[in-house]
Amino acid sequence: MDDDISQALHRTGPLRWIAGIALACITLQVLFFLVTNPRFEWPVVLKYLFAENILQGLGTTLLLTVIAMVVGTVIGTVAALALMSEFKPGRWAAQTYLWAFRGTPLLIQLIFWYNLAYLLPKLSLGLPFMAPVAEWSTNEVVTPFLAALLGLGLAEGAYMTEIVRAGLLSVDPRQYDAAKAIGMTPTRSFFRIVLPQAMRFIIPPTGNQVISMAKATALVSVIAMNDLLHSVQLIYNRTYEIVPLLMVAVFWYLCVITLLYALQSRLERHYSRGHRRNAEPVIETAVA
Amino acid sequence: MQTPPLTQASQRPVLSLRNVVKRYGSFQALHSVSLDVREGEVVAIIGPSGSGKSTLVRCIHQLEAIDAGAIYLDGELLGYKRVGDHLRAMGSADIARQRQQLGMVFQQFVLFPHMTVEENVMEGPMQVLGDKRSDALNRAHHLLKRVGLSDKLQSYPQQLSGGQQQRVAIARALAMRPRVMLFDEPTSALDPELVGEVLNVVTDLARAGKTMVVVTHEIAFAREAATRVIFMEAGRIVEEGEARVTLASPKTERLRTFLSRVM
Repeated sequence: MDDDISQALHRTGPLRWIAGIALACITLQVLFFLVTNPRFEWPVVLKYLFAENILQGLGTTLLLTVIAMVVGTVIGTVAALALMSEFKPGRWAAQTYLWAFRGTPLLIQLIFWYNLAYLLPKLSLGLPFMAPVAEWSTNEVVTPFLAALLGLGLAEGAYMTEIVRAGLLSVDPRQYDAAKAIGMTPTRSFFRIVLPQAMRFIIPPTGNQVISMAKATALVSVIAMNDLLHSVQLIYNRTYEIVPLLMVAVFWYLCVITLLYALQSRLERHYSRGHRRNAEPVIETAVA
Repeated sequence: MQTPPLTQASQRPVLSLRNVVKRYGSFQALHSVSLDVREGEVVAIIGPSGSGKSTLVRCIHQLEAIDAGAIYLDGELLGYKRVGDHLRAMGSADIARQRQQLGMVFQQFVLFPHMTVEENVMEGPMQVLGDKRSDALNRAHHLLKRVGLSDKLQSYPQQLSGGQQQRVAIARALAMRPRVMLFDEPTSALDPELVGEVLNVVTDLARAGKTMVVVTHEIAFAREAATRVIFMEAGRIVEEGEARVTLASPKTERLRTFLSRVM
Protein backbone atom coordinates (compact mmCIF):
# COMPACT_ATOMS: atom_id res chain seq x y z
CA MET A 1 0.00 0.00 0.00
CA ASP A 2 2.77 2.49 -0.84
CA ASP A 3 1.41 3.84 -4.13
CA ASP A 4 2.09 7.45 -5.06
CA ILE A 5 -0.15 8.94 -7.74
CA SER A 6 2.39 11.67 -8.50
CA GLN A 7 4.14 9.06 -10.68
CA ALA A 8 0.96 8.12 -12.57
CA LEU A 9 0.76 8.38 -16.37
CA HIS A 10 -1.57 10.83 -18.10
CA ARG A 11 -4.64 9.32 -19.70
CA THR A 12 -4.98 9.89 -23.43
CA GLY A 13 -8.31 8.75 -24.83
CA PRO A 14 -8.64 7.29 -28.34
CA LEU A 15 -10.95 10.17 -29.37
CA ARG A 16 -8.12 12.60 -28.78
CA TRP A 17 -5.85 10.60 -31.04
CA ILE A 18 -8.44 10.62 -33.82
CA ALA A 19 -9.18 14.33 -33.43
CA GLY A 20 -5.48 15.16 -33.34
CA ILE A 21 -4.78 13.29 -36.55
CA ALA A 22 -7.81 14.86 -38.24
CA LEU A 23 -6.68 18.36 -37.28
CA ALA A 24 -3.17 17.67 -38.54
CA CYS A 25 -4.59 16.47 -41.87
CA ILE A 26 -6.77 19.57 -42.26
CA THR A 27 -3.82 21.85 -41.46
CA LEU A 28 -1.64 20.16 -44.05
CA GLN A 29 -4.42 20.28 -46.62
CA VAL A 30 -4.96 24.02 -46.14
CA LEU A 31 -1.22 24.75 -46.33
CA PHE A 32 -0.93 22.60 -49.44
CA PHE A 33 -3.86 24.46 -51.02
CA LEU A 34 -2.35 27.87 -50.19
CA VAL A 35 1.14 27.03 -51.42
CA THR A 36 0.45 25.00 -54.54
CA ASN A 37 -2.61 26.72 -55.98
CA PRO A 38 -1.17 29.00 -58.71
CA ARG A 39 -4.21 31.29 -58.66
CA PHE A 40 -3.07 32.88 -55.43
CA GLU A 41 -0.26 34.38 -57.52
CA TRP A 42 2.07 34.80 -54.56
CA PRO A 43 4.67 36.74 -56.56
CA VAL A 44 1.98 39.35 -57.30
CA VAL A 45 1.08 39.46 -53.59
CA LEU A 46 4.70 40.09 -52.74
CA LYS A 47 4.95 42.79 -55.36
CA TYR A 48 2.08 44.81 -53.89
CA LEU A 49 2.54 43.96 -50.22
CA PHE A 50 4.63 47.04 -49.49
CA ALA A 51 3.36 49.22 -52.35
CA GLU A 52 3.04 52.87 -51.37
CA ASN A 53 -0.71 53.11 -52.07
CA ILE A 54 -1.41 50.02 -50.00
CA LEU A 55 0.65 51.26 -47.06
CA GLN A 56 -1.16 54.60 -47.24
CA GLY A 57 -4.47 52.74 -47.15
CA LEU A 58 -3.23 50.73 -44.17
CA GLY A 59 -2.23 53.99 -42.46
CA THR A 60 -5.72 55.42 -43.00
CA THR A 61 -7.33 52.26 -41.63
CA LEU A 62 -5.11 52.32 -38.54
CA LEU A 63 -5.59 56.03 -37.96
CA LEU A 64 -9.38 55.78 -38.34
CA THR A 65 -9.51 52.76 -36.04
CA VAL A 66 -7.48 54.43 -33.30
CA ILE A 67 -9.18 57.82 -33.42
CA ALA A 68 -12.70 56.40 -33.81
CA MET A 69 -12.09 54.06 -30.85
CA VAL A 70 -10.79 56.91 -28.68
CA VAL A 71 -13.73 59.13 -29.66
CA GLY A 72 -16.14 56.23 -29.16
CA THR A 73 -14.71 55.34 -25.75
CA VAL A 74 -14.89 58.91 -24.48
CA ILE A 75 -18.45 59.36 -25.78
CA GLY A 76 -19.38 55.92 -24.43
CA THR A 77 -18.04 56.74 -20.96
CA VAL A 78 -19.89 60.06 -20.82
CA ALA A 79 -23.11 58.47 -22.12
CA ALA A 80 -22.79 55.57 -19.64
CA LEU A 81 -22.43 58.04 -16.75
CA ALA A 82 -25.44 59.98 -18.10
CA LEU A 83 -27.49 56.76 -18.30
CA MET A 84 -26.62 55.93 -14.69
CA SER A 85 -27.10 59.44 -13.31
CA GLU A 86 -30.08 60.75 -11.38
CA PHE A 87 -30.40 63.65 -13.82
CA LYS A 88 -33.42 62.67 -15.92
CA PRO A 89 -32.85 64.88 -19.00
CA GLY A 90 -29.32 63.45 -19.14
CA ARG A 91 -30.71 59.91 -19.07
CA TRP A 92 -33.22 60.72 -21.81
CA ALA A 93 -30.53 62.25 -23.99
CA ALA A 94 -28.29 59.20 -23.61
CA GLN A 95 -31.17 56.80 -24.32
CA THR A 96 -32.13 58.72 -27.46
CA TYR A 97 -28.51 58.65 -28.63
CA LEU A 98 -28.26 54.87 -28.16
CA TRP A 99 -31.61 54.35 -29.85
CA ALA A 100 -30.66 56.36 -32.95
CA PHE A 101 -27.04 55.29 -33.41
CA ARG A 102 -27.37 51.61 -32.62
CA GLY A 103 -30.63 51.39 -34.52
CA THR A 104 -29.46 52.54 -37.93
CA PRO A 105 -26.91 50.89 -40.26
CA LEU A 106 -23.41 52.33 -40.06
CA LEU A 107 -23.36 52.72 -43.85
CA ILE A 108 -26.34 55.11 -43.73
CA GLN A 109 -24.72 57.10 -40.91
CA LEU A 110 -21.51 57.49 -42.91
CA ILE A 111 -23.34 58.65 -46.01
CA PHE A 112 -25.39 61.03 -43.89
CA TRP A 113 -22.31 62.70 -42.36
CA TYR A 114 -20.62 62.86 -45.74
CA ASN A 115 -23.65 64.66 -47.22
CA LEU A 116 -24.23 66.91 -44.22
CA ALA A 117 -23.76 69.99 -46.44
CA TYR A 118 -26.91 69.09 -48.35
CA LEU A 119 -29.05 69.50 -45.20
CA LEU A 120 -26.94 72.15 -43.53
CA PRO A 121 -24.95 74.25 -46.00
CA LYS A 122 -23.44 76.49 -43.33
CA LEU A 123 -22.17 75.75 -39.81
CA SER A 124 -22.57 78.75 -37.55
CA LEU A 125 -21.63 79.56 -33.99
CA GLY A 126 -23.87 81.75 -31.87
CA LEU A 127 -26.85 81.87 -29.52
CA PRO A 128 -30.04 80.11 -30.63
CA PHE A 129 -32.29 82.27 -32.85
CA MET A 130 -29.71 85.10 -32.91
CA ALA A 131 -27.37 86.30 -35.63
CA PRO A 132 -24.37 83.94 -35.79
CA VAL A 133 -21.00 85.02 -34.42
CA ALA A 134 -19.05 82.96 -36.92
CA GLU A 135 -19.93 80.91 -39.97
CA TRP A 136 -18.22 78.21 -42.04
CA SER A 137 -19.15 76.33 -45.15
CA THR A 138 -20.05 72.78 -44.16
CA ASN A 139 -18.29 71.31 -47.16
CA GLU A 140 -14.99 72.85 -46.07
CA VAL A 141 -15.27 71.73 -42.45
CA VAL A 142 -16.64 68.22 -42.91
CA THR A 143 -13.95 66.63 -45.05
CA PRO A 144 -14.33 62.95 -45.94
CA PHE A 145 -11.92 62.16 -43.11
CA LEU A 146 -13.97 64.08 -40.54
CA ALA A 147 -17.19 62.55 -41.90
CA ALA A 148 -15.63 59.11 -41.47
CA LEU A 149 -14.54 59.95 -37.92
CA LEU A 150 -17.95 61.34 -36.99
CA GLY A 151 -19.69 58.31 -38.43
CA LEU A 152 -17.42 55.68 -36.94
CA GLY A 153 -16.87 57.47 -33.61
CA LEU A 154 -20.52 58.23 -32.90
CA ALA A 155 -21.65 54.72 -33.84
CA GLU A 156 -18.85 53.20 -31.76
CA GLY A 157 -19.77 55.43 -28.81
CA ALA A 158 -23.25 53.94 -28.77
CA TYR A 159 -21.87 50.40 -28.41
CA MET A 160 -19.18 51.48 -25.95
CA THR A 161 -21.87 53.08 -23.76
CA GLU A 162 -23.31 49.69 -22.92
CA ILE A 163 -19.88 48.13 -22.44
CA VAL A 164 -18.76 50.87 -20.05
CA ARG A 165 -22.08 50.76 -18.21
CA ALA A 166 -21.77 46.99 -17.71
CA GLY A 167 -18.23 47.52 -16.41
CA LEU A 168 -19.31 50.20 -13.96
CA LEU A 169 -22.21 48.05 -12.73
CA SER A 170 -19.77 45.22 -12.01
CA VAL A 171 -17.97 47.29 -9.35
CA ASP A 172 -19.14 46.64 -5.79
CA PRO A 173 -21.24 49.70 -4.82
CA ARG A 174 -19.54 49.68 -1.39
CA GLN A 175 -16.36 50.76 -3.17
CA TYR A 176 -18.01 54.17 -3.69
CA ASP A 177 -18.55 54.44 0.07
CA ALA A 178 -14.97 53.39 0.78
CA ALA A 179 -13.65 56.05 -1.61
CA LYS A 180 -15.87 58.68 0.00
CA ALA A 181 -14.69 57.50 3.40
CA ILE A 182 -11.13 58.61 2.68
CA GLY A 183 -12.41 62.00 1.59
CA MET A 184 -12.35 61.55 -2.18
CA THR A 185 -14.50 63.72 -4.41
CA PRO A 186 -16.81 61.85 -6.82
CA THR A 187 -14.54 62.64 -9.77
CA ARG A 188 -11.42 61.36 -8.06
CA SER A 189 -13.11 58.23 -6.79
CA PHE A 190 -14.37 57.51 -10.31
CA PHE A 191 -10.92 57.71 -11.88
CA ARG A 192 -8.88 56.18 -9.03
CA ILE A 193 -11.20 53.56 -7.55
CA VAL A 194 -14.21 52.72 -9.74
CA LEU A 195 -12.91 52.91 -13.31
CA PRO A 196 -9.72 50.86 -12.71
CA GLN A 197 -11.88 48.08 -11.28
CA ALA A 198 -14.44 48.35 -14.09
CA MET A 199 -11.65 48.08 -16.68
CA ARG A 200 -11.32 44.38 -15.96
CA PHE A 201 -14.83 43.93 -17.38
CA ILE A 202 -14.61 46.66 -20.02
CA ILE A 203 -11.48 45.46 -21.83
CA PRO A 204 -12.52 42.04 -23.25
CA PRO A 205 -15.67 43.30 -25.05
CA THR A 206 -13.79 46.45 -26.08
CA GLY A 207 -11.22 44.21 -27.73
CA ASN A 208 -14.04 42.81 -29.85
CA GLN A 209 -15.13 46.33 -30.71
CA VAL A 210 -11.63 47.39 -31.80
CA ILE A 211 -11.37 44.40 -34.10
CA SER A 212 -14.83 45.06 -35.58
CA MET A 213 -13.83 48.69 -36.00
CA ALA A 214 -10.59 47.85 -37.81
CA LYS A 215 -12.68 45.93 -40.30
CA ALA A 216 -15.64 48.33 -40.35
CA THR A 217 -13.35 51.10 -41.57
CA ALA A 218 -13.62 49.34 -44.95
CA LEU A 219 -17.08 50.95 -45.20
CA VAL A 220 -15.58 54.42 -45.51
CA SER A 221 -14.60 53.70 -49.11
CA VAL A 222 -18.20 54.69 -49.97
CA ILE A 223 -17.41 58.25 -48.92
CA ALA A 224 -14.24 58.49 -51.01
CA MET A 225 -11.84 57.63 -48.20
CA ASN A 226 -8.84 55.64 -49.27
CA ASP A 227 -8.63 52.90 -46.64
CA LEU A 228 -6.82 49.58 -46.92
CA LEU A 229 -9.59 47.72 -48.75
CA HIS A 230 -10.27 50.64 -51.08
CA SER A 231 -6.59 51.01 -52.02
CA VAL A 232 -6.55 47.33 -52.92
CA GLN A 233 -9.74 47.66 -54.96
CA LEU A 234 -8.30 50.59 -56.90
CA ILE A 235 -5.43 48.39 -58.04
CA TYR A 236 -7.37 45.25 -58.95
CA ASN A 237 -9.98 47.28 -60.83
CA ARG A 238 -7.10 48.19 -63.09
CA THR A 239 -5.12 44.93 -63.22
CA TYR A 240 -7.82 42.31 -62.53
CA GLU A 241 -5.46 40.53 -60.07
CA ILE A 242 -8.32 40.27 -57.60
CA VAL A 243 -7.33 37.27 -55.48
CA PRO A 244 -3.69 38.20 -54.86
CA LEU A 245 -4.62 41.77 -53.97
CA LEU A 246 -7.31 40.61 -51.57
CA MET A 247 -4.64 38.40 -50.00
CA VAL A 248 -2.55 41.54 -49.50
CA ALA A 249 -5.45 43.12 -47.62
CA VAL A 250 -5.99 39.92 -45.60
CA PHE A 251 -2.31 39.88 -44.64
CA TRP A 252 -2.41 43.43 -43.29
CA TYR A 253 -5.77 43.00 -41.51
CA LEU A 254 -4.39 39.92 -39.76
CA CYS A 255 -1.18 41.80 -38.82
CA VAL A 256 -3.21 44.63 -37.27
CA ILE A 257 -5.40 42.20 -35.37
CA THR A 258 -2.43 40.22 -34.04
CA LEU A 259 -1.01 43.46 -32.72
CA LEU A 260 -4.35 44.28 -31.08
CA TYR A 261 -4.49 40.86 -29.41
CA ALA A 262 -1.08 41.43 -27.85
CA LEU A 263 -2.13 44.87 -26.65
CA GLN A 264 -5.36 43.52 -25.19
CA SER A 265 -3.72 40.75 -23.19
CA ARG A 266 -1.19 43.22 -21.75
CA LEU A 267 -3.97 45.59 -20.72
CA GLU A 268 -5.95 42.72 -19.23
CA ARG A 269 -2.98 41.63 -17.15
CA HIS A 270 -2.47 45.17 -15.94
CA TYR A 271 -6.06 45.68 -14.81
CA SER A 272 -6.53 42.27 -13.25
CA ARG A 273 -3.84 42.83 -10.65
CA GLY A 274 -4.99 41.90 -7.18
CA HIS A 275 -7.42 39.30 -8.48
CA ARG A 276 -7.01 35.72 -7.57
CA ARG A 277 -6.34 34.11 -10.91
CA ASN A 278 -3.03 35.84 -11.46
CA ALA A 279 -2.16 36.70 -7.88
CA GLU A 280 0.81 34.99 -6.32
CA PRO A 281 -0.13 32.45 -3.67
CA VAL A 282 -0.52 33.52 -0.09
CA ILE A 283 2.70 32.88 1.78
CA GLU A 284 2.02 32.41 5.44
CA THR A 285 4.67 34.06 7.53
CA ALA A 286 4.78 34.47 11.27
CA VAL A 287 3.39 37.81 12.48
CA ALA A 288 6.30 39.99 13.52
CA MET B 1 3.02 55.78 21.57
CA GLN B 2 2.13 57.15 25.01
CA THR B 3 -1.02 55.81 26.56
CA PRO B 4 -3.02 58.39 28.48
CA PRO B 5 -5.26 56.90 31.13
CA LEU B 6 -8.66 55.66 30.07
CA THR B 7 -11.72 57.90 30.52
CA GLN B 8 -9.71 61.13 30.44
CA ALA B 9 -12.29 62.80 28.22
CA SER B 10 -12.20 66.58 27.98
CA GLN B 11 -15.43 68.57 28.08
CA ARG B 12 -15.57 70.09 24.58
CA PRO B 13 -17.72 67.97 22.23
CA VAL B 14 -15.87 67.04 19.06
CA LEU B 15 -18.94 65.54 17.51
CA SER B 16 -22.42 66.73 18.24
CA LEU B 17 -25.74 65.38 16.96
CA ARG B 18 -28.87 67.49 17.46
CA ASN B 19 -32.31 65.90 16.96
CA VAL B 20 -31.17 63.88 13.96
CA VAL B 21 -34.00 62.31 11.96
CA LYS B 22 -33.53 59.78 9.16
CA ARG B 23 -36.35 58.30 7.11
CA TYR B 24 -36.36 55.69 4.39
CA GLY B 25 -39.67 56.30 2.65
CA SER B 26 -42.30 55.84 5.33
CA PHE B 27 -39.92 54.00 7.67
CA GLN B 28 -38.27 56.21 10.25
CA ALA B 29 -34.79 54.86 11.04
CA LEU B 30 -33.78 57.59 13.49
CA HIS B 31 -36.16 59.49 15.75
CA SER B 32 -34.64 62.76 16.86
CA VAL B 33 -31.31 61.40 18.09
CA SER B 34 -29.05 63.75 20.05
CA LEU B 35 -25.54 62.83 21.16
CA ASP B 36 -22.31 64.57 22.16
CA VAL B 37 -18.92 62.93 21.81
CA ARG B 38 -16.06 64.62 23.61
CA GLU B 39 -12.36 64.55 22.82
CA GLY B 40 -10.83 61.20 23.75
CA GLU B 41 -14.16 59.50 24.37
CA VAL B 42 -14.84 56.01 23.09
CA VAL B 43 -18.57 55.60 22.56
CA ALA B 44 -19.88 52.09 21.97
CA ILE B 45 -23.30 51.89 20.34
CA ILE B 46 -25.15 48.64 21.02
CA GLY B 47 -28.64 47.45 20.30
CA PRO B 48 -30.62 44.86 18.37
CA SER B 49 -30.34 44.73 14.59
CA GLY B 50 -32.55 47.28 12.90
CA SER B 51 -32.23 49.67 15.83
CA GLY B 52 -30.55 52.35 13.71
CA LYS B 53 -26.96 51.98 15.01
CA SER B 54 -25.38 51.58 11.58
CA THR B 55 -27.62 54.25 10.10
CA LEU B 56 -26.40 56.61 12.82
CA VAL B 57 -22.68 56.26 11.95
CA ARG B 58 -23.43 56.34 8.23
CA CYS B 59 -25.31 59.61 8.77
CA ILE B 60 -22.40 61.05 10.76
CA HIS B 61 -20.12 60.21 7.82
CA GLN B 62 -22.65 61.73 5.34
CA LEU B 63 -22.92 58.44 3.50
CA GLU B 64 -26.64 58.87 4.19
CA ALA B 65 -28.33 62.27 4.10
CA ILE B 66 -30.28 63.15 7.24
CA ASP B 67 -33.83 64.48 6.96
CA ALA B 68 -33.92 66.80 9.97
CA GLY B 69 -31.71 68.02 12.77
CA ALA B 70 -28.01 68.80 12.51
CA ILE B 71 -24.61 67.21 13.01
CA TYR B 72 -21.56 69.26 14.01
CA LEU B 73 -17.90 68.30 13.88
CA ASP B 74 -15.67 70.65 15.88
CA GLY B 75 -18.53 73.15 15.81
CA GLU B 76 -18.83 73.05 12.00
CA LEU B 77 -22.20 72.05 10.58
CA LEU B 78 -21.83 68.98 8.38
CA GLY B 79 -23.20 69.01 4.84
CA TYR B 80 -24.75 72.47 4.84
CA LYS B 81 -23.54 76.04 4.95
CA ARG B 82 -25.30 79.19 5.95
CA VAL B 83 -26.08 81.54 3.09
CA GLY B 84 -27.83 84.63 4.42
CA ASP B 85 -30.86 83.40 6.33
CA HIS B 86 -30.85 79.95 4.77
CA LEU B 87 -28.92 76.75 5.01
CA ARG B 88 -27.83 75.43 1.66
CA ALA B 89 -26.56 71.93 0.82
CA MET B 90 -22.81 71.83 0.23
CA GLY B 91 -21.18 70.71 -2.99
CA SER B 92 -19.41 67.38 -3.18
CA ALA B 93 -15.93 68.95 -2.80
CA ASP B 94 -16.87 70.58 0.53
CA ILE B 95 -18.47 67.37 1.77
CA ALA B 96 -15.34 65.43 0.76
CA ARG B 97 -13.23 67.89 2.77
CA GLN B 98 -15.42 67.37 5.85
CA ARG B 99 -15.25 63.60 5.45
CA GLN B 100 -11.46 63.71 5.69
CA GLN B 101 -11.93 64.51 9.38
CA LEU B 102 -13.84 61.28 9.97
CA GLY B 103 -12.30 57.85 9.59
CA MET B 104 -14.70 55.07 8.70
CA VAL B 105 -14.28 51.32 9.09
CA PHE B 106 -16.95 49.19 7.43
CA GLN B 107 -18.37 45.83 8.40
CA GLN B 108 -17.20 44.32 5.07
CA PHE B 109 -13.67 45.93 5.14
CA VAL B 110 -14.11 47.22 1.54
CA LEU B 111 -10.43 47.52 0.70
CA PHE B 112 -9.50 48.58 -2.83
CA PRO B 113 -8.89 45.19 -4.50
CA HIS B 114 -6.70 46.57 -7.30
CA MET B 115 -4.15 48.00 -4.88
CA THR B 116 -1.63 46.36 -2.58
CA VAL B 117 -1.97 46.71 1.18
CA GLU B 118 0.48 49.61 1.33
CA GLU B 119 -1.12 51.31 -1.69
CA ASN B 120 -4.51 51.05 0.03
CA VAL B 121 -3.13 52.92 3.03
CA MET B 122 -1.22 55.48 0.90
CA GLU B 123 -4.11 56.28 -1.43
CA GLY B 124 -5.88 58.80 0.83
CA PRO B 125 -2.77 60.69 1.98
CA MET B 126 -1.38 60.95 -1.55
CA GLN B 127 -4.56 61.58 -3.56
CA VAL B 128 -6.59 63.55 -1.06
CA LEU B 129 -4.14 65.20 1.34
CA GLY B 130 -1.48 65.65 -1.35
CA ASP B 131 1.31 64.10 0.73
CA LYS B 132 4.60 63.25 -0.93
CA ARG B 133 5.03 59.60 -1.88
CA SER B 134 7.90 59.04 0.53
CA ASP B 135 5.96 60.56 3.43
CA ALA B 136 2.85 58.54 2.61
CA LEU B 137 4.95 55.37 2.37
CA ASN B 138 6.60 55.97 5.74
CA ARG B 139 3.28 56.65 7.34
CA ALA B 140 1.72 53.56 5.76
CA HIS B 141 4.56 51.38 7.04
CA HIS B 142 4.27 52.87 10.52
CA LEU B 143 0.51 52.30 10.65
CA LEU B 144 0.70 48.80 9.21
CA LYS B 145 3.30 47.93 11.83
CA ARG B 146 0.94 49.26 14.46
CA VAL B 147 -1.84 46.91 13.30
CA GLY B 148 0.66 44.02 13.07
CA LEU B 149 0.85 43.67 9.27
CA SER B 150 4.43 44.70 8.49
CA ASP B 151 4.90 41.45 6.58
CA LYS B 152 1.93 42.05 4.22
CA LEU B 153 2.86 45.36 2.62
CA GLN B 154 2.95 44.05 -0.95
CA SER B 155 0.03 41.62 -0.63
CA TYR B 156 -3.29 42.20 -2.33
CA PRO B 157 -6.47 42.26 -0.21
CA GLN B 158 -7.67 38.97 -1.71
CA GLN B 159 -4.62 37.24 -0.29
CA LEU B 160 -5.46 38.23 3.28
CA SER B 161 -7.79 36.77 5.89
CA GLY B 162 -10.82 38.79 6.98
CA GLY B 163 -9.13 39.86 10.19
CA GLN B 164 -6.04 41.04 8.32
CA GLN B 165 -8.18 42.93 5.80
CA GLN B 166 -10.05 44.69 8.56
CA ARG B 167 -6.76 45.73 10.20
CA VAL B 168 -5.62 47.18 6.85
CA ALA B 169 -8.95 49.03 6.66
CA ILE B 170 -8.27 50.51 10.10
CA ALA B 171 -4.78 51.61 9.00
CA ARG B 172 -6.26 53.11 5.82
CA ALA B 173 -8.71 55.18 7.87
CA LEU B 174 -6.03 56.24 10.38
CA ALA B 175 -3.74 57.38 7.54
CA MET B 176 -6.03 60.38 7.00
CA ARG B 177 -5.34 61.54 10.59
CA PRO B 178 -9.08 61.80 11.34
CA ARG B 179 -10.46 63.70 14.35
CA VAL B 180 -12.92 60.88 15.01
CA MET B 181 -12.87 57.22 14.02
CA LEU B 182 -16.21 55.59 13.21
CA PHE B 183 -16.59 51.81 13.22
CA ASP B 184 -19.66 50.15 11.72
CA GLU B 185 -19.76 46.66 13.27
CA PRO B 186 -16.08 46.02 12.47
CA THR B 187 -16.13 42.38 13.57
CA SER B 188 -19.57 41.20 12.42
CA ALA B 189 -18.32 39.77 9.13
CA LEU B 190 -15.38 37.91 10.70
CA ASP B 191 -14.94 34.27 11.62
CA PRO B 192 -15.07 33.98 15.43
CA GLU B 193 -11.37 33.21 15.79
CA LEU B 194 -10.44 36.42 13.93
CA VAL B 195 -12.55 38.80 16.03
CA GLY B 196 -9.91 39.10 18.74
CA GLU B 197 -7.09 40.44 16.55
CA VAL B 198 -9.31 43.28 15.27
CA LEU B 199 -10.72 44.15 18.68
CA ASN B 200 -7.17 44.27 20.07
CA VAL B 201 -6.27 46.93 17.52
CA VAL B 202 -9.42 48.94 18.31
CA THR B 203 -8.73 48.63 22.04
CA ASP B 204 -5.14 49.87 21.54
CA LEU B 205 -6.51 52.90 19.71
CA ALA B 206 -8.92 53.55 22.57
CA ARG B 207 -6.06 53.38 25.09
CA ALA B 208 -4.07 55.81 22.93
CA GLY B 209 -6.86 58.34 23.39
CA LYS B 210 -8.38 58.31 19.92
CA THR B 211 -11.93 59.67 19.82
CA MET B 212 -14.11 56.87 18.53
CA VAL B 213 -17.70 55.82 17.89
CA VAL B 214 -17.99 52.05 17.62
CA VAL B 215 -21.13 50.21 16.61
CA THR B 216 -20.67 46.72 17.97
CA HIS B 217 -22.27 43.49 19.08
CA GLU B 218 -19.30 42.62 21.31
CA ILE B 219 -20.53 43.50 24.79
CA ALA B 220 -17.29 42.41 26.48
CA PHE B 221 -15.34 44.70 24.17
CA ALA B 222 -17.71 47.61 24.91
CA ARG B 223 -17.18 47.05 28.63
CA GLU B 224 -13.37 46.92 28.33
CA ALA B 225 -12.63 49.58 25.72
CA ALA B 226 -15.49 52.08 25.75
CA THR B 227 -15.81 55.02 28.06
CA ARG B 228 -19.51 55.33 27.36
CA VAL B 229 -22.13 52.99 26.05
CA ILE B 230 -25.28 53.91 24.15
CA PHE B 231 -28.14 51.49 23.83
CA MET B 232 -30.42 52.05 20.84
CA GLU B 233 -33.70 50.47 19.98
CA ALA B 234 -36.14 51.30 17.15
CA GLY B 235 -34.24 54.41 16.13
CA ARG B 236 -34.04 55.97 19.59
CA ILE B 237 -31.38 56.16 22.29
CA VAL B 238 -32.96 54.21 25.12
CA GLU B 239 -30.19 54.32 27.67
CA GLU B 240 -26.67 55.70 27.91
CA GLY B 241 -24.02 55.98 30.58
CA GLU B 242 -20.53 55.08 31.69
CA ALA B 243 -19.75 51.76 30.00
CA ARG B 244 -18.90 49.49 32.96
CA VAL B 245 -21.66 50.83 35.21
CA THR B 246 -24.35 50.77 32.52
CA LEU B 247 -23.52 47.28 31.33
CA ALA B 248 -23.22 45.92 34.89
CA SER B 249 -26.46 47.46 36.15
CA PRO B 250 -28.76 48.71 33.42
CA LYS B 251 -31.41 51.19 34.45
CA THR B 252 -34.00 50.25 31.84
CA GLU B 253 -35.80 46.97 31.50
CA ARG B 254 -35.17 46.97 27.74
CA LEU B 255 -31.38 47.10 28.07
CA ARG B 256 -31.55 44.40 30.73
CA THR B 257 -33.55 42.17 28.37
CA PHE B 258 -31.17 42.90 25.48
CA LEU B 259 -28.08 42.10 27.55
CA SER B 260 -29.57 38.87 28.87
CA ARG B 261 -30.23 37.83 25.27
CA VAL B 262 -26.77 38.57 23.86
CA MET B 263 -24.59 37.51 26.79
